[in-house]
Parts: sequence; structure tokens; C-alpha cells
Amino acid sequence: MNNQGRPTRPNAGDAPRRGTFTGNRALDIEEALIFETGRLDATGVDFEAPTPFASKLGAHARDGAIGLPGLTEPEAVRHYVRLSRNNYSIDAGLYPLGSCTMKHNPRLNEKMARLPGFADLHPLQPIATVQGALELIDSLAHALLTLTGMSAVAMSPKAGAHGELCGMMTIKAALAARDEDKTRTVVLVPDSAHGTNPATAALIGFSVRAVPAEADGVVSAEAVRAALAPDVAAIMLTNPNTCGLFERSIVEIADAVHAAGAYFYCDGANFNAVMGKTRPGDLGVDAMHINLHKTFSTPHGGGGPGAGPVVLSERLAPFAPAPSIVRNGPSLSLAEHSEGTQAFGRMSAFHGQVGMFVRALSYILSHGGDGLRQAAEDAVLAANYVRASLVDLMSAPFGDRPCMHEALFDDRWLKDTGLTTLDFAKAMIDEGYHPMTVYFPLVVHGAMLIEPTESESKASLDLFIMTLRDLAMSALAGERERFVAAPVAAPRRRLDETRAARQPTLRWAKPAPA
Amino acid sequence: MRYLPFDATDRAQMLTRIGAPDIDALFADIPPAKRLAAPLDLSNGLGEIEVERRLTRMAGRNVAAGSVPFFLGAGAYRHHVPATVDHLIQRSEFLTSYTPYQPEIAQGTLQVLFEFQTQVAALTGMEVANASMYDGSTACGEAILMAHRLTRRRKAVLSGGLHPQYSDVAATLGAMANDEIVRLPLDPRGAEDIAAQIDDETSCVVVQSPDFFGNLRDLEPIAAAAHAKGALLVAVFTEAVSLGAVRSPGEMDADIVVGEGQSIGNALNFGGPYVGLFATRLKNVRQMPGRLAGETVDADGRRSFVLTLSTREQHIRREKATSNICTNSGLCALAFSIHLTLLGETGLRRVAALNHAAAVDLAERLGAIPGVSVLNDAFFNEFTIRTPRDAAELIDDLAARGIIGGLPVARLAPRAGLDDLIVVAATEVSTPADRQAYAEALAQSLQGGRQK
Amino acid sequence: MTETRYTKDHEYVRVEGDVAVIGISDHAQQALGDVVFVELPAVGAALAKGDSAAVVESVKAASDVFAPVSGEVVEVNADVDAQPGLINEDAMGRGWIFKIKLANAGELASLLSEADYEAFLKTLA
Repeated sequence: MNNQGRPTRPNAGDAPRRGTFTGNRALDIEEALIFETGRLDATGVDFEAPTPFASKLGAHARDGAIGLPGLTEPEAVRHYVRLSRNNYSIDAGLYPLGSCTMKHNPRLNEKMARLPGFADLHPLQPIATVQGALELIDSLAHALLTLTGMSAVAMSPKAGAHGELCGMMTIKAALAARDEDKTRTVVLVPDSAHGTNPATAALIGFSVRAVPAEADGVVSAEAVRAALAPDVAAIMLTNPNTCGLFERSIVEIADAVHAAGAYFYCDGANFNAVMGKTRPGDLGVDAMHINLHKTFSTPHGGGGPGAGPVVLSERLAPFAPAPSIVRNGPSLSLAEHSEGTQAFGRMSAFHGQVGMFVRALSYILSHGGDGLRQAAEDAVLAANYVRASLVDLMSAPFGDRPCMHEALFDDRWLKDTGLTTLDFAKAMIDEGYHPMTVYFPLVVHGAMLIEPTESESKASLDLFIMTLRDLAMSALAGERERFVAAPVAAPRRRLDETRAARQPTLRWAKPAPA
Repeated sequence: MRYLPFDATDRAQMLTRIGAPDIDALFADIPPAKRLAAPLDLSNGLGEIEVERRLTRMAGRNVAAGSVPFFLGAGAYRHHVPATVDHLIQRSEFLTSYTPYQPEIAQGTLQVLFEFQTQVAALTGMEVANASMYDGSTACGEAILMAHRLTRRRKAVLSGGLHPQYSDVAATLGAMANDEIVRLPLDPRGAEDIAAQIDDETSCVVVQSPDFFGNLRDLEPIAAAAHAKGALLVAVFTEAVSLGAVRSPGEMDADIVVGEGQSIGNALNFGGPYVGLFATRLKNVRQMPGRLAGETVDADGRRSFVLTLSTREQHIRREKATSNICTNSGLCALAFSIHLTLLGETGLRRVAALNHAAAVDLAERLGAIPGVSVLNDAFFNEFTIRTPRDAAELIDDLAARGIIGGLPVARLAPRAGLDDLIVVAATEVSTPADRQAYAEALAQSLQGGRQK
Repeated sequence: MTETRYTKDHEYVRVEGDVAVIGISDHAQQALGDVVFVELPAVGAALAKGDSAAVVESVKAASDVFAPVSGEVVEVNADVDAQPGLINEDAMGRGWIFKIKLANAGELASLLSEADYEAFLKTLA
């Protein structure tokens, strides 16, 4: 489990309260909940009631208030526009979140996804009426296979973690086909792994065995060989790993895993660092999910939706879940049932996050093979540039060595300042930056993981670097006030997360009468 | 267009600071034999005009639902989404923001999630809802796992009215986790005796209403039967608009309610992205998967919102998490919430009434065709017809005549012996002329055989 | 004076007669942060030394509490169920988590004395 705790309650405010009548501050507007401003009888749509007819709802008709307020269109627009202004976004600034690959979200993607021929299409329409959609899925699948050098791809997983589940289920199905699913029940996972990896393994009945990394941050083939045993079903590795380093023993590890009769699952969250430079299929990977919302620029939308197609090796391909695209001469159709095939079942209703496929394909067509390779090179270049520009001030857990697409620091350099990684991150907010990923991976203390991506200009990177240097020097000089009360300029100061957990209020409720 | 802002000078300067001779030095850890020497065999990058041309041509090979009389539901429904919704969700701050892990600069997202959770709880008649799952089918799978954790039993009974693909997903999860799934046979009339299937080993019974065939189910006696045996009722819906006209599962004593929210705010998108709704009773909240937004205050005492009860989740509990889920369906949940705000209770009831009226009208017209019978006594906006000819052939024939007439049940259940059944949906976007056109085309198709 | 013994996983054991009072140390509560929830063992559960007995959750972290000695759980602390913050305020006293009826008092000897635990903490810094 993650047992690295940290403070979750601010000290009482000593910054001045807002000095206006409304509590607003110019463009920064306080906005109430719809339950406080809306009315049950208000509506922003213009439907007329139907002409009288004989209802067929019988005893199932709903009476009584539901409790849903409405707003008119102008009121609704104002509500959501005001709320939106309290959000940081990539469109507004650099998002150095390690492991998230916050690259620019192209607007062409949005335009293409909204073409009626894609957006206004039902998944169960007659196959003859959806040939273009099947072509879309097939084209993206083909591109992903080319990029990864794998044999097949399951397109249906709805997100990265769902893709991990799909990949591990495929492996379990392959083991069952060899009658080894009851004996091979252990999955090897490094401590640096993202939490979804062990959670996924546990969901389908595997137990997790840790594989230690070496002092230089990567896993050795020896360590893997030591952990391999007849009870091992698979290893789950991230490459590059969550410390931003390429697992340089990956080929020997894959060989050892295969020789032991197990499978190699690769978490593809960091694929942005290596696309066009090497192929997971060539490295010995059996299954790898791809986060379209990371590597392939589909927007994060405040937390989703994502998409997590899973590429598979030849030995796993037969077990891929339904549905799959089938080619009949010039036309395409769908194989939607797993009965009678080796497919292990179904991950979700319908065919996958097709709306996100349009966006990803638009991005891939725009970059092409040459552009995607350039993107990986620039992502790695940018991360190393940031790392090299900070390493004299901030401590890097694995020494001053090159990283891939993300640079990892820990909190040793803050030791004598009395400040924490959290304090440093919150001070970045006042400077106009979203903090980097903090406290992940768990294998270093007070981790700070910076991934600038390839879509930031050098000027943008330079300003970011200079700001971090200024903050770092300030911290080292003992200027605590800049940090301990931060952020002071954001729409909110630090929140009382302890209270939120101890006294959970998870929905609006009508206040009791006074 | 590419988004690669560095030029040669930039790259050279950056390499100098790094102290690397060239970019390949930064890829030195890739085993030499595995380095790709040249860009892959993907076409080179295309300009914006060409990308548009290609994708537009691809889209043009599809028949958009809005271009023909359209009567297909079966888990995804075509509704009118007000123009405002799509504009608001494309605001940069909603579209391109990340998960709200730094709440001080994410109150927009967090407040919307809090409002969304409240709306979903109210709609379903439950006490608490999460910030959304991927879709209805995976929410259903997760609900079963939650019921197993709560009851410490591992057997789920699935109604014969559950969407076949939802059952497939549950069966897949169950097989992989070594749990037992009992699938009752497909039940076009909604006549099954599900209570008789519940025993002391049952963790939950999973019942959809309106069900896959459009039948409205009385969940109250099923809940009572389940509770009498220490089991839970998981109530499922695939048409969220139905909750504007039909009694909520919460009123009928469901323990966990899951469903598909696509109908509100979200386009059909050929199957995704959609938005899973998940609600339960407050006492079960620690076993509920997914993100949760909660209310608190900041250092100045101002009301604020934050992701909370995170110790259920994978980034803290890892292998002991309630689920492996990491994302929610953020932007789709936002679209749902905005649309529902624009509707309000009054608008939702009105649009639900329009849906029901459209379906009642269509059922009458189709039922009047010789040889065609409507199976349902009570329904919302979806019902099932039995036809004298193979349903799949009929649907293809109707498509050739320019009508999308519904789902032939055999497409989702090829071995159920229900080849003469079509599930038909009618929403507020269909007109009387559309419905008349459908009835006429179906009559002609039945009389005259195949359209050439 | 009742002697308190410790484990390297930061549990403490305070023996009162044939019952062992178990909780997490002050160091552990500081490292976890504000405690928001405690998953308690069932009264009557039989625990072997080293079994996972409880979970202490803060906002950002969760920590297993392992049984430092074997025996049957005879009481759990309803106060920390209602007020998890007690563990932060008074981890060694009112923030106790559960009590075990000792199956084998000999197991106490292999646990750390207070002085040894303090020395162990210094090696972690």
C-alpha cells in the first residue's frame, strides 16, 4: 500500500479576506451551486408538452419531485463559464505532470470528431451503414500495430487501467488454454509501478510479488530471474519506467520471462518517449496498453474520457476479446461474439471509445511516421533540458544521468529548509504553473516528476526553468513564507482535506430550516 | 499540422546545455539491435487540409443517424442535445484540464462533479453517487464486485432482461475472478421469476428496468426477496431519460444503481465515449469504486470541493483497492450535467413525456401491421415487436429503404432462438412523419419481399 | 509501570494483565498524517503474530497494522471508530486500536523495548 502520508489540513488563514461586497475579485467570480440558484420549475430547453395520449407506464409512473433544478440558457452559460475560469488547463499553461503527457490538444481533432458521420452514428446500426466507422477503427489499429510491431490490437478498452485489465485477462486466458491458470497465480511488479498495475492483477485473482530495482533505478535481469518461479504468470513493467528511465535490460528480462513460461505485460503510459525509436514487439513485450489521451493527444477533459487499446503479440492474439474488425474483401464487418472462439469475452458494451479514435487518428495522420519519431525525440530532449537546468539545485535520486521523457527529483535537497515537496508544489501555483506530479513514484521520498512534453516552445521551457530555479533558490535561502502559506493567489487556498474525509459531504442537501 | 515547436537552433542549444553530442546519445539505453534506423512505414505527416479531406471522406461513408428516420436504441439513444452543451464543454478550461488533483486551481471541475453527483443521486433516488465510471456496462460489472465485497458472497444472478452485452461483461469479469454468474435466459416478456433464483449464496441480483426489451419491471418485490436472503439488488438502466417518467430504483429499494448516462448530453459516437452512472446508499460508500468529490473549506474558510475518500482507490491501496479504475468520464459527465441543468426537472419530465408519446404512437402504428405484434404491455420509449419474417433481414431491407428500424435481437443473442424479434426505440427527435414512414416501409417490406 | 514494547512496523504493545493493548506509535501517526478512518478487526477473530489486523487510513495514505503477538481479539476501540483523530492526538493512550488476549506471552520478548525502538527510529531519519 501507499503509506507515505503528508499534511492535509492548512493552518488557519493569515492572508487578508477578499475586500469586496460580492466576494468577487474582478474576473475571479464566486459561483454558487445550481441547487442554490436554480429552480425546479425553470428550464433552458423549449419542448412543448405532448398532445394528450394514453400512457403505457402503468403503475411505474414517477410522481413526486425529483430534486433537479433548472437554469435558463443565459443563466447556465454564465454558471459554467464562471466555473471554468477556476480551472488550470493546457491551453492556458504548461502542465509538467510526469506520467501524464500533457501535450497540446489539437482543435482539428475536435472538428473531425464532430463530423456527423462519426458523432451521429449508433454502434448497432446495420453494418452496411457504418463502413466508414469500421475503416476508422481499422486505420487506427493499423497505425498502432505499425508503431509497436505487434500482431493484433484489442480496441475496446475504455481507458488505460481498463487496457491493463484487458491485457492481463488475455494473459490469463492464454494460461488457461495451456491449463496453467490455476498454477501460475503470481504477477511480478516493481515497487515503482503505478497503482493500477497491482490493482489490476488483484482484480482477477493474481497475487503480487515485488521485484526490486537496482540502485540506478532500473530492474536487472538477475532480479527478475530470482523472482521467476513456476507460479509466475507474468511480469508487469512500465517502459520507460515511472522514474523516467529506459529499462535497459528489457530484452534479457523478456527472454527470462518467456523461458520461464510466463508473459510480459508492458504498461504503455510512457510510450511518448520511444515511439518511432524502438518497438515494444521487438523488445519482447506480449501485451501493452496505449493511453490515447497521453501519447496521442486526445484531451484530458478534467479527468476523462480516455481510451486504452491493447496491442498483443502473436501468441496472445487469439485470445483478444470481442469485438474485432473482420475484412470481407472490400468491406468490413464486426465479429461481436466470443462463443466458439478463443476470445476471452468482452470488456464493455459496443466497440470502444470511437470518438477518441477519430481524434487520435487525426493526430497520427498529422504527424506521420516521421513526425511521431520527432515528437519522441523532442519530448526526451525537453525533459533532459529541464533536468540539466535544475540538477545543480535539486537532488536527483539516480544521480546526474540522462532521463527519457520525464525528469525525477526527490526532496533530499529540501532537507534543511523545513519545507516539503508539497510546499514547493503549492508555491508553483502562485507563479502560474500547475505543479509537477508529486509523491509518485513511491520509491523515492517526496518525488517530483516533471514531463514537459514536446509541444512546449523553448521559450516556454526557459521561463519554466527560470521560475523553478527562482523558487528553489528561495527555498534554499530559507524564505519560508513564500511556500508555507502557498497558494495565496489561486481561487482557493489550501483545502482541509482531513475534514473532507472525516465528515464526507458528497452531495448538496437542502439546509435544515433555522 | 504538427505541434513540434523546436527548430535546429533550439535543439542545438538544448543539447549543449545537456552536454550530449546528439539526440541519439539520449536514447543510448535502447539496445542497439532494437533501435529503429528510419521512421516507420506510416505515411508522412499530412497538412490540415489533407487530414480533413481524408477523415471527411471516411465519415461520408457512414449513414448519420440524423439523416434518416431513426428508431434504434438497445443501450444508446439518440436525443436532442441543446446547442449550448457542446459549446460549453469545448471551453479550454474544461476540455484541456487534467484530473483535479490540485484542487486550488481546479474548483471548476470539482464543483461540477459535486453538482453531477447530486444530480445522479436525485435522479436514481439514492443517497450518494460517484463522479462517473467509463460506461453503463463496466459500471454494472463493478457493481457486482461491490456487492460481493459487501455480502462476502461471490454469486451474482443476472436477469434475462439485462442487456446481453452487459451480461457478457459481467460474465467475463466473473470468469476471470473465479466468481459465479448465473445468467437467466433472455426474457422478452419480462415474466421470469427472478426471486426464485435467489439463495443464501447469492450476493446480488442484477435487474434492468426499463429492460433490454423495453419492459418496465417492478423492482420492489425483487428487492424484498433479495434482502430476505441477505443479498443485494443491483438495479440497471440504459436509458437515463426514463428516470424522468418512471419510478426511480431508489424508491424501489435498490442497494446499488448503475446505468448509462449517454442519453443526456452525449452524442452516439459509434459506441463511446459514454458515461457510467453509479449510486448507492451512504452506508456502502467506502466500498464504492470510482472518484468522489466532497465538500470542505479552504484556509480562509471558503466553501471548496476536493476529491475525497481516496483511500478506496488504486493510487493508495494498490492491490487492495476497490477497483483498478483511474479515470472517470470527466467531459462526458460535464456534458450530462450541463444538459440536465438546462432541462431541469420540468424539462426532463417534458422530454420524457415526449419520448413516451412517440413510442406509444409508433407501437400503435407498427402493431396495426398484419403479422406484427408488440410484446410489451408497459414500456417507456422502447418496445419489442415480433415479425413474421427474419428480423435481421427485415432490418437490412428497411435500411435499404432509408429507415433505421431498430435492433434485431439475434445480433446480440444469436443462439437465443429470438430471430423474429426487433427492439424498437422512439425518442423526441422522431416526428410523426418519420414514424409513419417506418410503418409504411415495414408494411411494404413484409408484403413485397426484399428491396432491390 | 506497564512496559510498552514495539515492532519495526511501528505497532506498540502494552500488556495489562493477560491482555495486550495494541496501537500505532506516535512516530507512525506523524508519518501518516491526519487519520480519517480505521478498519478495525472483528471481536473474536483469532490472529497469529504478523497477521494483518487493521488498517489505518489518512487522506493520502493507508497503513496495515499487523498483530505483534498472537491471540484472540477481545475488544476494539469504538472511540477511534467515531473519532479517528484520536490516533493523532494520543496514539499511545486513548488512540489504542484493539486488544488481544495473549496466546503466548513469550512472543513479547522478541519485540523491541522502548529504548531499542527509539534507536531504530534514529536509523530511519
